[in-house]
Amino acid sequence: MKGSQIYDAGNFDVIVVGAGHSGCEAALASARMGMNSLILTMSLDSVALMPCNPAIGGTGKGHLVREIDALGGEMGKNIDKTFIQSRMLNTSKGPAVHSLRAQADKNKYSYSMKEILESEKNVTLKQGEVTGFLVKERKVTGIITRTGARFNAKTVILCTGTYLRGKIYIGEVNYWGGPNGLSPAMYLTEHLEEYGIKVRRFKTGTPARIHMDSINFSKMDIQPGDKDIVPFSFMNENLTKDQVPCYLTYTNLETHKIIMNNLSRSPMYTGHMESTGPRYCPSIEDKVVRFSDKNRHQIFVEPEGLDTKEMYVQGMSTTLPSEVQIKMLRTVEGLENVEIMREAYAIEYDCIDPTTLKRSLEHKEIEGLFFAGQVNGSSGYEEAAAQGIIAGINASLKLQNKEPLILDRSQAYIGVLIDDLVTKGTNEPYRMMTSRCEYRLTLRQDNADLRLTEIGHSVGLAAKKRYEKMITKREGIEKELERLSNVKITPTDEVNSYLKELGSSPMKKPTSLYELIKRPELSYDNLHTIDKDRDNLLKDVKIQVEIQIKYEGYIDKQMKQIEQFKKLEGKKLSKKLDYSIIKGLRLEARQKLDKMKPESVGQASRISGVSPSDINVLLVYLEQQRRLKSRGEKDD
Amino acid sequence: MDMNTIAAIATAPGEAGIGIVRISGKRAVEIGDKIFKGKRISKLSDSKQRYLNYGYIVDPKSGEKIDEVLIVYMKEPYTYTTEDIVEINCHGGIISVRRILEIVLENGATMAEAGEFTKRAFLNGRIDLSQAEAVIDLISAKTDISFNVSLNQLEGSLSKEISVLRNKVLEMLAHIQASIDFPEHDEEYATYQQLKENGEYILLKIQQLLDTVYAGKILREGLKTVILGKPNVGKSSLLNRVLRENRSIVTDIPGTTRDIIEEYVNIKGIPLKIVDTAGIRETDDIIERIGVDRAKALIDKSDLIIAVFDASSNLTKEDMEIIKLASYKKSIVLLNKTDLNNKICSQDIKKHLPDTKIINTSMITGTGIEILENTLKDMFFTGEIKIKEDVIVNNVRHRDQLLKAKENIEDALSAVISELSYDLIEVDLKNCWENLGQITGETIGEDLIDKIFQDFCIGK
Repeated sequence: MKGSQIYDAGNFDVIVVGAGHSGCEAALASARMGMNSLILTMSLDSVALMPCNPAIGGTGKGHLVREIDALGGEMGKNIDKTFIQSRMLNTSKGPAVHSLRAQADKNKYSYSMKEILESEKNVTLKQGEVTGFLVKERKVTGIITRTGARFNAKTVILCTGTYLRGKIYIGEVNYWGGPNGLSPAMYLTEHLEEYGIKVRRFKTGTPARIHMDSINFSKMDIQPGDKDIVPFSFMNENLTKDQVPCYLTYTNLETHKIIMNNLSRSPMYTGHMESTGPRYCPSIEDKVVRFSDKNRHQIFVEPEGLDTKEMYVQGMSTTLPSEVQIKMLRTVEGLENVEIMREAYAIEYDCIDPTTLKRSLEHKEIEGLFFAGQVNGSSGYEEAAAQGIIAGINASLKLQNKEPLILDRSQAYIGVLIDDLVTKGTNEPYRMMTSRCEYRLTLRQDNADLRLTEIGHSVGLAAKKRYEKMITKREGIEKELERLSNVKITPTDEVNSYLKELGSSPMKKPTSLYELIKRPELSYDNLHTIDKDRDNLLKDVKIQVEIQIKYEGYIDKQMKQIEQFKKLEGKKLSKKLDYSIIKGLRLEARQKLDKMKPESVGQASRISGVSPSDINVLLVYLEQQRRLKSRGEKDD
Repeated sequence: MDMNTIAAIATAPGEAGIGIVRISGKRAVEIGDKIFKGKRISKLSDSKQRYLNYGYIVDPKSGEKIDEVLIVYMKEPYTYTTEDIVEINCHGGIISVRRILEIVLENGATMAEAGEFTKRAFLNGRIDLSQAEAVIDLISAKTDISFNVSLNQLEGSLSKEISVLRNKVLEMLAHIQASIDFPEHDEEYATYQQLKENGEYILLKIQQLLDTVYAGKILREGLKTVILGKPNVGKSSLLNRVLRENRSIVTDIPGTTRDIIEEYVNIKGIPLKIVDTAGIRETDDIIERIGVDRAKALIDKSDLIIAVFDASSNLTKEDMEIIKLASYKKSIVLLNKTDLNNKICSQDIKKHLPDTKIINTSMITGTGIEILENTLKDMFFTGEIKIKEDVIVNNVRHRDQLLKAKENIEDALSAVISELSYDLIEVDLKNCWENLGQITGETIGEDLIDKIFQDFCIGK
């Protein structure tokens, strides 16, 4: 690339490339851990931009946000500040899968995050396109911007989102472009490839934005928010806010006819887009073709903010031409006179193969170079932010000469997300789902602070106040659990008639409150009449106490599985290990292990093509090496 | 290391009068206590260690006496694996060891993986470093063999049945999972009623498999035996005689069709799996029916051939063909119809099959049947013919897995019936699915997520 003259623009500890959801968390984490951090963005008007749906959270994703918050991240606090509707999903399906989701005021979310970056002591926020990075002896030393600035740093975190050689598709039209009408980053890919980092093409899409005044809401179902708002951040309690509703309507056979008649004009169907898109985010063309027996599909019309009349049409992402988009929308009830403000589009972009990363998100070959967010093949704001905070923490720990923070699959959804990406890789933009998590009865959104705040605090990220709040909660839970098992209720007539009232069978002998709460028809709250001495506890404490008692059997079983899991995770594998010399490993396993260089036997066991007997062989080999070594030491 | 308690049959089946089931791990003695009733001591844990105790193995569930045994326990760390070890010496052959292993598994042990005792011995420092390579060889070699055997065994109907069940479970899981991960979609997700119906169906099917294929007293395995002979030589009479005198134990997996069926028969304690073609009794000619090539393939897979010749007529071309086939494997020759005028004698066969035992029989009078049965017994106990060990091991393993899957689906059902939340029901369903998958060798991967996206129109 021909560019301007390079000049020395300054030294930093950590440089974050991109100020989307992962970049923001990465820069804030490293700055709060005391690192002098630079964050660069193509446009200062697009910090923490939400170019797709105007919501944070949802199933699985809500868990991620709570975990980011528990570690000391920003996403939860920022959405609490800027949401315009909040809902807890899955409340009927058990506490493990309760998921929080909030509609965001997009612009406020973005401005508010920008302000936080601007105000953070160790953060320098600048506009600039990064076109290359500097590497010396397989170690990163800095980056170069398009206008010639050279910033030096020992760690660089690439959070390039969907910008790398972004290409927009709308019907027959396609052109280079970033999300939301922004510019693409056309130069960095070449540089990545120069260092042997291969890229591939993924795609994703977003539906049209329509004008609020052109919608007939009276023909749609209204969807209000929850009365009792559960905040995302563990630092917030009792949020109250005026909420804005969403609306539900449906496509119909007329809509489907228009789509079918124009399929040949959708680049995904004509083969003009060969990249891989996410299955959980199918275009409306896809839905109509694949599920042709369905007469209608849901469409959610969601506000994008309080100071805009743009509304998001969830369920209608498409690559059909502009002309067809308007025709098809106008067949939908309530949208007869709709005006499109922004057209739906698909975007294709470069991302890397995440199996080339360590679980710390550092590149396996180039020291100090970290990757986070959509560039790793994930999708979603929350998945991006989760990787961002971990990359930020690990870049800082590296500079402090400390061991990286690896959250494993039994500790956090974040651990599942990163382990899936770096161990199994992904063939489509990866979305978090609760079904990907093996230990989800213990990894609940309600106990993310109990699981992770101590870790966040110990690496120097979660502030003291947050840590102390969690400790108070934890002690409250322990104390109450103990009290409940000690307090025995005597089966008086009064007590038994109350139990009968609640549809529960009478007691025959004195029974602890703990045992009583276990009965499905009883709860912590409805036992207050016979539990007169109880203190008025925090809502969070009550919830934990109840869950821990009611699901004790299941949770105990899961804890045993986790114990098993931890054993193999604890067996570390050196990255220098030469698998080709280990006799007894099958050929496929040898090749895969050599390529992947897993960090533990546990991680090795999750690589496709590595069988249980290969794992046994590895264990015996490790023991052999350990004994050889200790023998050698004795000889010395 | 692994803290679970493992068990396996420590002796090769059939070669000796004594069989040993070995248990290693923390719960070994506890399991011993549950299943052993001593003559002098009531509990194994009351015994001195390294002391042989006489008594019975009793199935704690049914109270049934399984076998007369000698049992010994050895305390860690001075054992082969350096863990607590219990060894049960029971009657040899197959029935007893196998049944005892099943009961041990039902009472808390896990089936040992290939080479696992040795692996533990090594990892726990009991085996010298110089043996490391040998240990690795053992693990990988054994695994290869049992993997092959396991797959062979599962070919066909049984594997299909388990796959069908597993798919049913997967469907239930996908319904639950999709409703959890995509709660706002107007898809028809499963109701408690539907989950209950599906769960009950799966439970019933698993129970049927356990009652037939894997029933404790029934042997799925046996010496794979093929009877060869030209038409009207007396094969069907032989089969009928053997079946009549020795109660036929099992026929086939219900609801499946194959052109080859198997008869299970227990002769003097030796299980025989007589490979039979569907029409053997009608056309009386296995070679004619299935052709020489397939007969050869069948013989390749068998452990023993019983070749039948007509003593009242000269050897024909067909007979020579049979002699050739019989020469590939361990065989016994029956010179039948000796109640009629003999045209050939044992010497005529001996020329071609010098190492084969030849017995004069008459299916009409029953001459020679007793000798045939004793010959079988001798050949079995001297190890001349044997059942592949892995077949037994795999059958026990499969049964164990099926029992676990049954327990899982029962737990899931009781959660469904008390309308517990979906996140809890899912736990047991997933375990059921994994246990069934381990029988067919299918592992978990993206299956579930694939299934969700395949069956439901979901996504934003």
